[in-house]
Amino acid sequence: MEVKISKGKNISLKGSAEKVCSEFLSATYSVKPVNFHGLKPKLSVKVGDSVLAGGSLFFDKEFEKIQFVSPVSGIVEKIIRGEKRKLLEIVIKANKKNRYKKYNISGYKKYNNDKLKELFFESGLWSLIKQRPFSTVADPVKLPKSIFISCFDSSPLAPDYDFILSHKEKEFQKGIDVISSFCNGKVHMNVDGDADSDFFKNIEGVQLNKFHGPHPAGNVGIQIHHIDPINKGDVVWVLSPQSIITIGNFFLTGKYENNKTIAVTGSELKKPKYFNVFQGVNVFELLKGNLKSGKKRFISGNVLHGDTIEENGHIGFFEEQITVIPEGDYYELFGWAMPGFKKYSFSRAFLSSLFPQKKLTLDTNMHGEERAYVVSGQYENLVPMDIFPVQLIKSILVEDIELMEKLGIYEVAPEDFALCEFACTSKMPVQDILRHGLDLVKKECS
Amino acid sequence: MSFLRNTLNKIKPHFLKGGKLEKLYPAYDAFETFLFVPNHTTITKCHVRDSIDLKRTMGTVILALIPCLIFGCYNIGYQYYSQFDPSFITQNFNGFFNLFLYGLMKVFPMIVVSYGVGLSIEFAFAVFRKHPVNEGYLVTGMLIPLIFPIDCPLWIVALSVVFAVIIGKEVFGGTGMNILNPALLARGFAFFAYPTKLSGDKVWVSQGSTDTISGETALGELATLVKDNVSEAHVNDVLSNFGSDGSYSLLNSFLGFIPGSIGETSVVAVLIGAGILLLTGLGSWRIMFSALIGGFFMASIFKFWGANPFMELNPIHQLCIGGFMFAIVFMATDPVSAAQTNTGKLVYGFLCGFLGIMIRVFNPAYPEGIMLAILFMNVMAPLIDHYVVQASIKRRMNRINI
Repeated sequence: MEVKISKGKNISLKGSAEKVCSEFLSATYSVKPVNFHGLKPKLSVKVGDSVLAGGSLFFDKEFEKIQFVSPVSGIVEKIIRGEKRKLLEIVIKANKKNRYKKYNISGYKKYNNDKLKELFFESGLWSLIKQRPFSTVADPVKLPKSIFISCFDSSPLAPDYDFILSHKEKEFQKGIDVISSFCNGKVHMNVDGDADSDFFKNIEGVQLNKFHGPHPAGNVGIQIHHIDPINKGDVVWVLSPQSIITIGNFFLTGKYENNKTIAVTGSELKKPKYFNVFQGVNVFELLKGNLKSGKKRFISGNVLHGDTIEENGHIGFFEEQITVIPEGDYYELFGWAMPGFKKYSFSRAFLSSLFPQKKLTLDTNMHGEERAYVVSGQYENLVPMDIFPVQLIKSILVEDIELMEKLGIYEVAPEDFALCEFACTSKMPVQDILRHGLDLVKKECS
Repeated sequence: MSFLRNTLNKIKPHFLKGGKLEKLYPAYDAFETFLFVPNHTTITKCHVRDSIDLKRTMGTVILALIPCLIFGCYNIGYQYYSQFDPSFITQNFNGFFNLFLYGLMKVFPMIVVSYGVGLSIEFAFAVFRKHPVNEGYLVTGMLIPLIFPIDCPLWIVALSVVFAVIIGKEVFGGTGMNILNPALLARGFAFFAYPTKLSGDKVWVSQGSTDTISGETALGELATLVKDNVSEAHVNDVLSNFGSDGSYSLLNSFLGFIPGSIGETSVVAVLIGAGILLLTGLGSWRIMFSALIGGFFMASIFKFWGANPFMELNPIHQLCIGGFMFAIVFMATDPVSAAQTNTGKLVYGFLCGFLGIMIRVFNPAYPEGIMLAILFMNVMAPLIDHYVVQASIKRRMNRINI
């Protein structure tokens, strides 16, 4: 299927990764339970315990079979908790050489769904599967009506999957074969219709969909909306291509080897490039010697919907990118009244629109204060779905669950509205509001 | 710059929590953020932000109003001297400047009153309700003088502002929550509360120190045609004024050399403003465009119908007189009180233009039909949006049933 998307906008930033990849091992790795939204984690290790790669670190309190496992072998160094003892991060000091927990995969082809699920739960593979609606860890009871894999990322400075995945056809195909057995519907593989990619042409057992258009065309939520929209009660699984490889690799070797290629990007790096790392790598060591001077923000993920991390923090579970941009904590005299030759805006209210820059350096300044909604028609041009974004956000602000359902809250995830948050004149925290709405609906439904 | 910054840093602690003037923080904040874009950085998921904010948006709209203001000032001088001392009007820069200066002297007090009264109320509410001062009034405060007659007493302007800001806006929760456009509400209030001061042939042209100058607006002039027992001589007299050599000729109406509210007369100045709003993407082309179509459509129907000389006016001419163009560019497009959905904007705009011309022609006692039409459509806008959104909801429901 081919889908043309006209709404949306590409933000072209400075600091895209050069297509060079090197191996990197750091001293510590971490898994962050907060990356699995809504999860109630229960620890299965304590500080000082030794774990194997693929060994359990914590599990889901509500469905205890679902394990979340360590990416490397080593010793549990720290368990970081936040307010109200909320479990934030489990840090593992890695061994020199990775030792894996061996899983028995012989004869898995004959497994029925339930038995295969058990293997997924136990080995940590289940944690790689996200579900829509709500963008949480997949519901263990309800199987999906279809599975979506977005094979390109249209967000700023995003990694190029064609480059990342090359030479991994075998693992990818295996992953597809295994995951598709969970689903009676189709497995949709969505690629960038404007890029000429060889990798995805040879994959079997999937429906290949081509998407044309600007960001957020690469967001899986947008793709689902156009191909097989979610209605109340539906469940769709979404996986990243590198998760498919981890799954494929598991069923080839019997090892949970969550090894992925990440793009290290951003204007504050001397040399943005790719690294091959294990999940949860420490960024301090990764970026050492590669940083420009000045105050910086470290983002696990991209600038539109990533998480801020400390300079010596670890990359998030699902992220495949690190972005480093300048902090913007400066005052600007009459900043709102200046001609603004270098001020980037989707509107044309600054003279920069007459002299557009090819590659931008954006910092973290808010460029104004939060206000009530005044301007209309901004979000509508940035959300390529049959959804009224402002009306949906307002229905969440008044916590009208029935109206949220009618306006299509099941079809969206916060990241799909990231551009709205970027462009909003009133500086609304759109993604947080949307997440609040999803939480409310989820609580009401369960 | 650093001196300003240092001064602000020095006095800021007094306004912060625990400081002596803690309660006045919103007022301090308004001044500080007027001078400096604050050093706030993103804390939510989206780490970078668009450079635009409400101050820039409102600032740009004010910029778009400047041509109307400048021409308005000039026209006040022009209308005054063309009756008082025509020799004063010369075709050089000096002449232009003198007329402009005369008008500015008249308009300036109105602007001061409008901003002074309006912003005082806004600040008071901000301090009282502990929320930041919204920039919305910056535009309203400029719009209000532009839609009043020049000889309107300042106390009426002040009273209208008080009514519009408190009843029109603050009781609903401030900028962004209002149902009616505050500037139009101010004009509507003055029109119905003090009809004698906002109509007739004495208020539209500055009287200076004399009391002999008179000037009727084009619409006021046309309204005399539809009264009972009008003599044919009068009809011909008025119509000749609208002919190509008359004082209300299409060219004069287009350029703006006719009596009227301060900012509304010149279609050229309004179009420059519209250009700024459309180029910057801040004004809705949907509303402007469909309102123009709506007005033209209604005027054409009247032309075709032709029941009286007012109706027979050329549709283009009809659109160029009165506040029609000014209103559809600057008033109907107010994003808060207009329809919010894209389809809704088309319907809303069309009906604004359509009803505006209909009211002014059917009831010449209300020459500013477009004002009433937009206020009416402000009330109807949520209903239009409701039906547009319902259509989307229905599409979603149907998907489940298939």
